[in-house]
Amino acid sequence: MSLLSVENLTVSRGGLAVLEGVTFSLQAGRALVLRGPNGIGKTTLLRTLAGLQPPLAGSVSMPGEAMAYAAHADGLKATLSVRENLAFWAAIYETQTVEQALDQMNLRGLEGRAAHSLSAGQKRRLGLARLLVTGRPIWVLDEPTVSLDAASVALFASAVRAHLDTGGAALMATHIDLGLEEAEVLDLAPFKARPPEEGGHKGAFDHDFDGAFL
Amino acid sequence: MIALLMRDLRLAIRAGGGFGLGLAFFLIVVTLVPFGVGPEGAILSRIAAGILWLGALLACLLSLDRIFALDFEDGSLDLLATAPIPLEAVVTMKALAHWITTGLPLVLAAPLFAVLLHLPTPAYFWLEVSLLLGTPALSVLGTFGAALTVGLKRGGLLLSLLVLPLYVPTLIFGAELVRRGGEGMAVQVPLAMLAGITAATIALVPFASAAAIRVNLR
Repeated sequence: MSLLSVENLTVSRGGLAVLEGVTFSLQAGRALVLRGPNGIGKTTLLRTLAGLQPPLAGSVSMPGEAMAYAAHADGLKATLSVRENLAFWAAIYETQTVEQALDQMNLRGLEGRAAHSLSAGQKRRLGLARLLVTGRPIWVLDEPTVSLDAASVALFASAVRAHLDTGGAALMATHIDLGLEEAEVLDLAPFKARPPEEGGHKGAFDHDFDGAFL
Repeated sequence: MIALLMRDLRLAIRAGGGFGLGLAFFLIVVTLVPFGVGPEGAILSRIAAGILWLGALLACLLSLDRIFALDFEDGSLDLLATAPIPLEAVVTMKALAHWITTGLPLVLAAPLFAVLLHLPTPAYFWLEVSLLLGTPALSVLGTFGAALTVGLKRGGLLLSLLVLPLYVPTLIFGAELVRRGGEGMAVQVPLAMLAGITAATIALVPFASAAAIRVNLR
C-alpha cells in the first residue's frame, strides 16, 4: 500500500523553482532518504510535502491527518519541562503515548528538567520523541540526526525501525548513514530545476506577478 | 485547543514570560499623567477616561509581538501549522491567552488606577464594562498585526504602526462609553458599537491572522 505518492512535483523557494519533476512513492513499512548537496531544495521539498507551502506544479497524495513533520528546529519551549513539552503535543494530537516516547528516546531520567537545561543532543532526542507522540504513520524529517552522538543515532534508527515495523513510513533528509538497510536513497540532483529559457518551470514571478507578493 | 491555551498561560507565568509587564506599564503611564498635566482634580477627572483607555491600549500593544514571534523562533509555529488543529483555532486560543494574561489584569486593576486620576464615581462601573467589552478586541486585532510581522526581525515597531490605527474605533467608543456613563448620559450607542466591534473582530480577524501566518511561513 502506498502511503505517500508524489507526482511530477515542482517546488519553489522565494518564487523560484528549485526542484522539478520530483516523482516517488513511499510504501508502508519503507523509509526513503533524500540526498543532495546543500541548497538543492531538500528542506523546501519537505516543507511542501508538509503543506507549509504550495507546490508550483504537480501533486502530492496521502491520506488525510497522516503526516508528522519535524523541522530543523525542534519546537521546544525552553521553560517547560521535558514531560510538559511532550504532554502538550500528545494533547494536540490526542494520543496517550508520552510514557512510551520517554522510554524509547531514553529521556526518562530527564523528564522533570526544563528544556533550556538540556544539551543540544538531548533537545534533539526530545524533538524526535515528539514524533513518537503524534501517532502519525508518515514521518517527514528534516536532518533528524543533527547534533546526535553515535549512541543517540542508533537509538533514533531503532525508533524509525520500530515505526516502520508497525506499518509506518519515513521520509528523511539526512547526510549520515543511519544503518537502516531497508531505507532506499533518492538522489535529488537529477531533479534540479532548469532555468526557464531551457524549458524549465517558470517561477511565480514570471507568470503571476501577484504571486511574488504572496 | 485547551492544551494550547494552558501551555501559553503556563509559559506566560514562567520566567521571562512577560506576565504582569503590561500591568506595570499601565500603572506607570497612569501615574505619569498627573506629573505631566498637574494634580488638579478637575482637569484629571475630565481626561481620566481617555488616559485609562489609552494606557490600556498601550499596555496591550507592549506584549503583542510575543504572540507568534516566540513560537516562530523556536519552530513550534511550523509544527502547529502542520498539527491537526486548524490555524484559525491556534490564533483564537493565542488571542485568548493574550487577553487573559494582559487584558484581564488591566480590567481588574483599572478601578484602582482610576483613583489616581480622580475618575468620577459614576464612571467606575462603565469603565469596567467598557474595558471588559473592549480589550478582547485589542488582543484579537493584535494577532493580526503579530501574524503579519511574524517573520520579520525587529518587527515590533512595524507591528505598532499596523495595529494602532485598527484600535481607533475601540478607543473612541470605549472612552466615550466611560465619559457618557460618568456624566449620566445615555450609553446605548457607544455600548452597542463597542460590543459590536468586539464581536465582529472575534468572528472575522482569526481567519485573516491565520491567512497571514500561512503566507509568512512559506
